[in-house]
Amino acid sequence: MGFPAAAIAVDITGAGATFPYPIYAKWAAAYRNSTGAGMNYQSIGSGGGIKQITARTVDFGASDAPLNAEQLDKVGLVQFPAIMGGVVPVYNLKGVRSGEIKLTGALLADIHLGKVKRWNDAALAKINPGVRLPDRAITVVHRSDGSGTSFLYTNYLSKVSAEWKSAVGEGTAVRWPTGVGGKGNEGVANYVSRIDGAIGYVEYAYAKQNKLSYALLQNRDGQMTMPNDQSFKEAGAKADWAKTPGMGVILTDQPGQKSWPITGASFILMHKVQAKPENGREVLKFFDWAFRNGGAMADELDYVPMPDPVVKLIRSAWTAQIKDSSGKAIY
Amino acid sequence: MTNATTMNPSGRPRGIAPAPWKDTAFEWLTRAFALVVFSLLAAIVISLVLGSQLTLEKYGFAFIWSADWDPVQGNFGALVPIYGTVATSLIAMLIGVPVSFGIALFLTELSPAWLKRPLGTAIELLAGIPSIIYGMWGLFVFVPIFQSYLQPWIIDGLSGVPLAGALFEGPPIGIGMFTAGLILSIMVIPFITAVMRDVFELVPPMLKESAYGLGATTWEVVWQVVLPYTRVGVIGGIMLGLGRALGETMAVTFVIGNAHRLAVSLMAPGNSIASALANEFTEAVGDLYFSALIELGLILFLITTVVLALSKLLLMRMARAEGTRT
Repeated sequence: MGFPAAAIAVDITGAGATFPYPIYAKWAAAYRNSTGAGMNYQSIGSGGGIKQITARTVDFGASDAPLNAEQLDKVGLVQFPAIMGGVVPVYNLKGVRSGEIKLTGALLADIHLGKVKRWNDAALAKINPGVRLPDRAITVVHRSDGSGTSFLYTNYLSKVSAEWKSAVGEGTAVRWPTGVGGKGNEGVANYVSRIDGAIGYVEYAYAKQNKLSYALLQNRDGQMTMPNDQSFKEAGAKADWAKTPGMGVILTDQPGQKSWPITGASFILMHKVQAKPENGREVLKFFDWAFRNGGAMADELDYVPMPDPVVKLIRSAWTAQIKDSSGKAIY
Repeated sequence: MTNATTMNPSGRPRGIAPAPWKDTAFEWLTRAFALVVFSLLAAIVISLVLGSQLTLEKYGFAFIWSADWDPVQGNFGALVPIYGTVATSLIAMLIGVPVSFGIALFLTELSPAWLKRPLGTAIELLAGIPSIIYGMWGLFVFVPIFQSYLQPWIIDGLSGVPLAGALFEGPPIGIGMFTAGLILSIMVIPFITAVMRDVFELVPPMLKESAYGLGATTWEVVWQVVLPYTRVGVIGGIMLGLGRALGETMAVTFVIGNAHRLAVSLMAPGNSIASALANEFTEAVGDLYFSALIELGLILFLITTVVLALSKLLLMRMARAEGTRT
């Protein structure tokens, strides 16, 4: 590999969300190969990422749930989205194939509230004509650890069900009314594939790699949608990134004929005033490189790269907001 | 030669020149090491109390008997994890202690000589397996078998029994507090067995032989001679196992179901203190949530301390009873 000219570049560190870890790690490896500069990302969880960037122990933090304007201003942080992905409901029902079950948001909420208890419930039978639904108990599987995946899922359920919103609400960890908890995406995937009659939710990549059966979901426009790159992209395309403070758009329940209703972006957090501008510049260089060259790698890992207009917005936010201590833009 | 081997009152061979400063230095060094234990313990307690100040102030003792755990609204209570920790450990003891006792007895009293060593080694090997392996075995091997063959049978057979029936109700999902207790029992067996075997071997053969000589059966020798002689060690071994069961994290997290809901049924998913910590620490956003988790740690620490104190108390009472007899 030899020593590229940029070998003197500072190595940067980031910490936070677990959801984007695989793609950040892949980008970091490719980035090192092409530029010689290293990026070390620790997936300690979004909560930890926010704590670390607030304490300035890392060059950037990462969070699956966007911070709101007030939270950002309190610490003096800039936020931008880096990657998108989707969360899909998965099930294990002997005799029913993948993609055969159709669900609406309200029905999904009722299942998680424990109101719909059996697979042959009348409400399920009504929107799944022709599917032989067995008389079997529904076992809800949720995440036992706090996670951005749970945040997106509960955020979606809160948007489509008033009862869920008032009884449970949204968050990286919530008080689940029913079911069992698995640790991590792999924990949920394991429980779902082991319990006949289980329904759970995992990141799309996990559902695909573990060949779990996933359900179609009715989106805001009333269409039954398949979870895939196209429907995730569609959800990101219509969102109003420019007007949301900190670009903190939550991509659940977005309009669009083909948009998948549980899509989300993962966010990067940096200080507005960079105490070490050379590190800040390296972070921006890294993400600039990733936005230019990382799309194919993202597709490979079943993530969705940010659309070009959004990347343009992100770049102008960098110039406008991230300064060194003398107030000069570093990008 | 004779000079060198005669002992003076301080126990040092007379021929060797005494080096008092070395002795003193060594004494202080070992004392310092011993003090490290106390200071570590104190540091842990202090940091746990400081870290859980928010919830200690907000809820007081109500934290212990509140079953609510709602990170969204910011309401926390420890009853579910406390119940899960105690229930799974009790199940582990109920199954593990008799089995370990049997193994240890067989090894010391009944086993043919050629089997003793391989069996003893096998038990020591079991003790060396990392806990996550037990957890994975539980989830991938035991849970499916339990779920499809044993659990429906247990639920059908026992859920109708008055009072106790409530302990066995619910759908057979394989995962839950009973499964966690069972996995734990397998994990504590090697520890309890090893201690029991070691103390059983300490019984002077003369005592046992005398009892046999008087015509006692093996059963009588065990209950009248071996057990009374080794009581302290046996209880110590049980406590060692209990301590491990209370604090076990990964294996329990795999199979307990991690649900913050109070369920009487042992077949239902629950949560233990250690697995709640393992699950939720990384993404505990907000000071109150964080503080609640630290307080859970404090409670686990207290439970372990109470268990140890109770066992010491039990031993002291038994020693006193011993003195008044005869």
